[in-house]
Amino acid sequence: MLDLLLEPLQYGFMQRSLVVAVAIGIICAVMGSYLMVQRLSLLGDAISHSLLPGLAIAYLLGFNIYVGAFIAGTLSTVAIDWIRTQTTIKEDAAMGIVFSAFFSLGITLITVIQKDNKIDLNHFLFGNILGVTQADVVSTVAIAILILAVVAALFKELLFYSFDPIAAQAAGLPIHLLGFGLMLLVALTLVASMKAVGLILVLAMLITPGATAYLLVPRLHQVMLLGSAIGVVGSVSGMYLSYFFNLPSGPAIVLVVSGFFLLTLLVSPSQGLLTQSRSNVSQLALWKELKALFH
Amino acid sequence: MTRRPRLRTVVTTGDPVLDVRHLSASYRSVEALDNVSFTMSAGQVVGIIGPNGAGKSTLMKAMLGLIPASQGETLYGDRSLADQRDRVAYVPQRSQIDWTYPATAWDVVMMGRVKKTGWFQRFSADSRQLATAALERVGALELRDRPIGKLSGGQQQRIFLARALVQEADAYFFDEPFVGIDKKTEAVIFDIFHELAAAGKTVLVVHHDLGETMTHFDSLVLLNRELIASGARELVLTAPNLDRAYDGKVAFYNRGAA
Repeated sequence: MLDLLLEPLQYGFMQRSLVVAVAIGIICAVMGSYLMVQRLSLLGDAISHSLLPGLAIAYLLGFNIYVGAFIAGTLSTVAIDWIRTQTTIKEDAAMGIVFSAFFSLGITLITVIQKDNKIDLNHFLFGNILGVTQADVVSTVAIAILILAVVAALFKELLFYSFDPIAAQAAGLPIHLLGFGLMLLVALTLVASMKAVGLILVLAMLITPGATAYLLVPRLHQVMLLGSAIGVVGSVSGMYLSYFFNLPSGPAIVLVVSGFFLLTLLVSPSQGLLTQSRSNVSQLALWKELKALFH
Repeated sequence: MTRRPRLRTVVTTGDPVLDVRHLSASYRSVEALDNVSFTMSAGQVVGIIGPNGAGKSTLMKAMLGLIPASQGETLYGDRSLADQRDRVAYVPQRSQIDWTYPATAWDVVMMGRVKKTGWFQRFSADSRQLATAALERVGALELRDRPIGKLSGGQQQRIFLARALVQEADAYFFDEPFVGIDKKTEAVIFDIFHELAAAGKTVLVVHHDLGETMTHFDSLVLLNRELIASGARELVLTAPNLDRAYDGKVAFYNRGAA
């Protein structure tokens, strides 16, 4: 069994994939925890879809596609925030508008580019962790170190801000800067993860490991640590699944972490469906109302 | 050994320290606060009262610059209050907080030390002692390691009070601290308010109950989008003032309180 797992690692591409898998497993869980506690999970989805046009334009102009994607992701958060604050349109609608517009532009640009160049749209949408290059590894590790360093340095400020932004502001913390900084880090996380997990499914890597850990431990740093462990196991397992069964790595990774979540949901000591009082189903309001209708 | 939060900068009671001048604020283009002016002395517990929708919380937030004022200013000493936020401890309404957040009581109390600790610094042993002392003072030391979501309303409010205490502020702002809490916690909170005032602090409390708790306030600010009256409790709680503020619908008013 161990041989089966170690044998592929003699290949350079597998070693590179492993490094990327560990790095994104950690940073996705850490940044995703911040999104989850602020109820901004779907913002992660919006930013990730918005990376595509930046990536395409950078490719067209011959720039670094990571930089292009990062700029597009940042622009999308600025646009969402601008619509939300300047009009009475709510945040969820603003996110929907911006990310679908950005994503459509991205798909259009890449389809046009694909006519003349060999660029595989599927790799960006669904991930191809086995195809990461040496340059990808360097960028991903650099981004991961940066993110972890910032989070470690600002942990107490970010905890205060994400729990109680008004009191944090009243105490004199620059909450708009902290909020914008967090979004920049989220955009960086997504940029680092797009090649391995793909833009469509990276949301799951942001949210699911942290949400799983949240069912098990009570403090934010514990959620991040346990979430990172789940994320790493998930992305490494997904990498092997991708290698052995020739699957796109994104769905493979996401299926593994989703499995962890499902298992935790069933047996979590405090909130598990199986470990909590029975007859959850009969207490569902929808079920009660249905029964009442047919009586 | 644990030590009590330090009570520095004792201001002589009676000096007006807080000066609200012609403050107006609107929320989504609805005028919520119209040209409110009043002054307040240090060493007092001051209540902001008025009917629902009177703009009590809005007044507090506008004073602190947490929402933009369309007109007017709030001075603390001789400078804008919003520029001196490190001297302020603000406790929001409990309902504004997501209590399912993954944090323990201890985590929340330590938030009160974030600003004093400074960027890139770890919490000092001093800060941890202060937090322990504050938890003890509010009678919640045994809740230290509990997740905040598992606490009762009164316990959550005690934790918030402890967080405000460790900020070692000069001005304390509480938005509806008595909503949904038990009598015992209410007594603890009023006790601490009086202690803070006795130490020369400025304590401002948004409050909506006109019952017997009124006697705990030295001065009142009566509000219904505009200022109805402000000053000593007995001067504010007059029948004409309350009729104006509550449109004559204040049958529950306890005259004994004035």
